[in-house]
Amino acid sequence: MQLLTLTVVLLLLTSIGYRLGRGKAVATAGGNPRLLHSLPRYHGYFVALWCGLPALLVVALWLVAEPSLVRHLVQSGLPDDTLAIGEERLNLLYNEVRNVARYGMTASSPVVEAAAQRYGELRATLFAAAAALALALASGGLAFAYQRIKSDLRARNRVESVVRVFLVVCSTVAIFTTIGIVLSLLFESLRFFQSVSPIEFLFGTTWSPQMAIRADQVGSSGAFGAVPLFAGTALISLIAMLVAVPLGLLSAIYMAEYAAPRFRAVAKPLLEILAGIPTVVYGFFAALSMAPMVRDFGSSMGLSIASESALVAGVVMGVMIIPFVSSLSDDIITAVPQSLREGSYGLGATKSETVKQVILPAALPGIVGGVLLAVSRAIGETMIVVMAAGLSANLTANPFEAVTTVTVQIVTLLVGDQEFDSPKTLAAFALGLVLFFVTLALNIVALHVVRKYREQYD
Amino acid sequence: MTEMVEQTSAPAADAVTSRLKRRYAAERRFQFMGMAAIAVALGFLALLLVSIFAKGASAFVQTQVQLEVTFDAGILGVAPGADRDTLASGDYLGLAKAALWSRFPDVSGRAEKRQLAALLSPSAGDALRDMVLSDPNVIGSTRKVWFPVSDSVDMTNKGYLPRDPAVEGARLNAAQMGWLQSLEDGGVLTKRFNWQFVTTGDSRDPTQAGVWGAVVGSFYSVLVTLLLSFPLGVATAVYLEEFAPKNRWTDLIEVNINNLAAVPSIVFGLLGLAVFLAVFGLPRSAPMVGGLVLTLMTLPTIIIAARASLKAVPPSIREAALGMGSSKLQMVTDHVLPLALPGILTGTILGMARALGESAPLLMIGMVAFIVDVPSGPMDPATVLPVQVYLWADSSERAFVEKTSAAIIVLLLFLAVMNLAAILLRKKFERRW
Repeated sequence: MQLLTLTVVLLLLTSIGYRLGRGKAVATAGGNPRLLHSLPRYHGYFVALWCGLPALLVVALWLVAEPSLVRHLVQSGLPDDTLAIGEERLNLLYNEVRNVARYGMTASSPVVEAAAQRYGELRATLFAAAAALALALASGGLAFAYQRIKSDLRARNRVESVVRVFLVVCSTVAIFTTIGIVLSLLFESLRFFQSVSPIEFLFGTTWSPQMAIRADQVGSSGAFGAVPLFAGTALISLIAMLVAVPLGLLSAIYMAEYAAPRFRAVAKPLLEILAGIPTVVYGFFAALSMAPMVRDFGSSMGLSIASESALVAGVVMGVMIIPFVSSLSDDIITAVPQSLREGSYGLGATKSETVKQVILPAALPGIVGGVLLAVSRAIGETMIVVMAAGLSANLTANPFEAVTTVTVQIVTLLVGDQEFDSPKTLAAFALGLVLFFVTLALNIVALHVVRKYREQYD
Repeated sequence: MTEMVEQTSAPAADAVTSRLKRRYAAERRFQFMGMAAIAVALGFLALLLVSIFAKGASAFVQTQVQLEVTFDAGILGVAPGADRDTLASGDYLGLAKAALWSRFPDVSGRAEKRQLAALLSPSAGDALRDMVLSDPNVIGSTRKVWFPVSDSVDMTNKGYLPRDPAVEGARLNAAQMGWLQSLEDGGVLTKRFNWQFVTTGDSRDPTQAGVWGAVVGSFYSVLVTLLLSFPLGVATAVYLEEFAPKNRWTDLIEVNINNLAAVPSIVFGLLGLAVFLAVFGLPRSAPMVGGLVLTLMTLPTIIIAARASLKAVPPSIREAALGMGSSKLQMVTDHVLPLALPGILTGTILGMARALGESAPLLMIGMVAFIVDVPSGPMDPATVLPVQVYLWADSSERAFVEKTSAAIIVLLLFLAVMNLAAILLRKKFERRW
């Protein structure tokens, strides 16, 4: 609330700065803006930037730094015997302190109560300091910039260079995101590999993370063999591809080569709806509608199908990926030059012969690229498998049994209790790292294949 | 030459004709397969939507019973003149039960009375409390009030549970069925619109569980996402398309953006957990953090869409602007961006729709918590619609299946509106140069 007031005040000051700057510029020019180097509004922006930018940066900095700074200060004020209880319990204690200070809960001990009071005071002091600094910067900046307005001030160039810096900074967000992903995954995975060897993790065939909650348990490190997870992921992705590739490819061929424009105009958006439905909806459908149906059908045929079978998860995931495969293939098929088709028709081939013997071979690299992209989607897909595939890490190729996948395990390991240093939690990051690099490799290969193919006809 | 052709023509023509038949058959088969593939995909879509609408539509109505309530200060335990807190603490459920008992005066005995009272929802007293709080003078008077029934009665009345107590799975016994029948015959048991579902937060009790808390949580998350990803995305696209020199640095940025677009969403959740929660110490379950994670996830989509529509603006516009003496930035802000804006907005809406339907990364940052209160700001603990669907789908209660489907209908409705807006925007402003 206080923060909101401060921000509003700063923005108000900024808009006042704009008005003042613009007004002074017009006044300096004696009412004739042509005498100015820049348009009056640029003088306004110039003052506004000097007024608002440093102050808002201070506020942003305060927002980022405040929680850890306050925590550090509060903890340094705690008595020594409280500090000695270990990091985990200290975390809990600190949470309590925050709750007491913020929401007026009753404190469980005088230590907490004192700390809570200190917390409140510190926060108030820090906020006051930040607010004072921000306001001082804002008014100082306003006065400084206002003073500098002259008819030959290159206000536009100044403003534009600030905007340009802003644009460059924005464009680096993508890079920082990638760096953030790689570093956070790598860092936590390295901590995981301190307790479990990478060989064990990548090639072990037993996955049972629940056993390793306590570090002193015998054989706790033997339970992180991820092969059943990789196998389960591969099995479900394979089933999904067996559904998505034929259906997607055939519908793309029909849309591109046979369908009348009116049919295409209706059917294509309808097919795209499949891609727009949230995955959690597919998961619900797979778990509550498809799975019982398939299980009952199986038992009537004398087959025992697990209610969380790989088959159901795979088929539903395949349906989700159909539009992905079909729209990529459609693009690639329509990109095959018309001359190839006409040459084939000229030799007397029927449409289907042309498709099978001329167009598909020509489009093959592109289609392979598209399929690889679809595979990476299937591997990274989470909600469908979380809801419809099981938790049991079976090493099996039988689609009627329950298997588990990498993404399911990441979710199971991280939802619920949150001790950041147990191997159980860290294992999720190691799995995430594998997932990230596998999908990255698939994408790079796929994009490479697609690009190489495009160069042939462009 | 001609002789040879004539010599072979008769048998060859036969062979050609018969082969032609086979080839045409293959052609028809192939075409049919294409049709069938589309039919299968669309059939699945229809099956999905129909099954969800069939299951979920009934959650928007709730079985209610109309009873004559005497606001007896004795049962309530509070006097009309008491202050608000005392008034709110009265035994309103007891009042509702008393109303039901007085409708069946011949029911006696503790066990029977308890069974009769079990027909009412545990939240049956809420409406009475609201009535008393808004006007304490109703105490002492008699009114006709609609009460929600328990989920067993609701499910039985909607036909999801067998009405015959002897059938396996029935949750009401013969006596309860008899009372229910009598209420039905009396015309006081009907299905009315379920306001509770669209105005309250989550609950362990299916009759009280509502979707509003999740809707508000989704709103805050998507709002944060929009406020961050739109300016960031547009700025990045403008820089890459209009200003950036072609060098290794910009190539690196482009490769990065394309790769980020294909990173599984759950990895963004891991990033959020390791960076936003563990390093920056932001609160768990907050829509603010959800919005940050979704921003990073949707940013590539928006950048790619924005770049495509910036590219579609013809160079002549830029040349004309520069020729009239505007600076490069003026050219972009005054001419190129306004022309590209409809396309950028369309891409942004589609990105927001994707963010609205996303749940996996939000599971990582703790938005799966059971939260009853409707969040009042982006820092309050909250859940979002797709995660609410996931939570309810996990529940074993029969009544939650209906709620889950209904929550999905709400979600799909929002998505449909957003996509429709994007399509209309494109139709209205699309320009071919």
